[in-house]
Amino acid sequence: MAGLSGRMSTVVKAKVSKLLDRAEDPAETLDYSYQKQVEQLQNVKKGIADVVTAKKRLQMQESSLQQSVVKLDTQARQALASGHEDLARTALERKNVAQTELQTLDGQVNELEDQQQKLTDSEQKLRAKIEAFRTKKEVIKAQYSAAEAQVRISEAATGVGEQMADVGLAMQRAVDKTENMRARADAVSELEAAGTFDDITQLGSGEDDIDRQLKQLSSQPAVDDELTKMKSELGAGTAPEAPQIAAGEGKPASESDPA
Amino acid sequence: MIVRISGEGQYRLDDSEKEPLNELEKTAAASVEGGDEAGFAAAFASLLDHIRSHGVLLGDADLEGSDVIVPPADISFQEAGEDFTGEGLIPD
Repeated sequence: MAGLSGRMSTVVKAKVSKLLDRAEDPAETLDYSYQKQVEQLQNVKKGIADVVTAKKRLQMQESSLQQSVVKLDTQARQALASGHEDLARTALERKNVAQTELQTLDGQVNELEDQQQKLTDSEQKLRAKIEAFRTKKEVIKAQYSAAEAQVRISEAATGVGEQMADVGLAMQRAVDKTENMRARADAVSELEAAGTFDDITQLGSGEDDIDRQLKQLSSQPAVDDELTKMKSELGAGTAPEAPQIAAGEGKPASESDPA
Repeated sequence: MIVRISGEGQYRLDDSEKEPLNELEKTAAASVEGGDEAGFAAAFASLLDHIRSHGVLLGDADLEGSDVIVPPADISFQEAGEDFTGEGLIPD
């Protein structure tokens, strides 16, 4: 662990001492440090805003996918009711892909939510420390000789610098995560742009490229199961001559045999 | 001494905690070296628990620097591989 602890404190100390070397006049050093801190706090706020933007983008994709799921489900039912089983299957395959993407997005939105919360907490701590530094710098200016002041400034600036480094680390991790998610979000956008979740009524009768890709993407057993379930639901709801089971051999599973 | 849990906060611990902390860190580092992900998660969690339960949380406006900084609680095993290397938590 000396890796992280060592590395981080070295960075903080290096930054602080660089800052302190800048000016011989303690009052000037203090004001300059404070000014830098406030600037960096602004950067932290921008960073948090970026995480929020990334999260909003994912949430918008989520709601658009949710609409697609509902639409494709309805269309599958309609297609099945009018005897177009192949079309129903296509719709369910697309629905399956949309649902898988939805689950992934949901996990990512939660993760970003978590990152945002951590960053906000960290930013709050940083703000409290900068505010404490502001008060302290006036005390140092008023009470200490130049030589003593250098020591006090160094101590106070280290506290702020360390928190700054901590926010920086949290920010870096959030940025890494958002970048991974951006790639995922782009992939969903590409699927959308390719018409993957489009209205199936706009499809021709033939199988197109998207469908061939979808068959590979979507989990076939899940689609088969859902199709079977949908058929039995539709059958139960619409077929008036249904109550014949008692006469059969007690194998209702044969219902799913191709007619 | 003051220990910061990255992304969480700073804790003030008695100097006598140095030994137990080093022991807990050694266990965590050994799990990382042995590629034992579950072992690492458990060892790192007990390290953090020890810091939290034996330390006093510093206020947000406290300007003291930390003597030790440990990685964030949600560190991944992969990240741990980069951080838990070399000498111990508190080098002599």
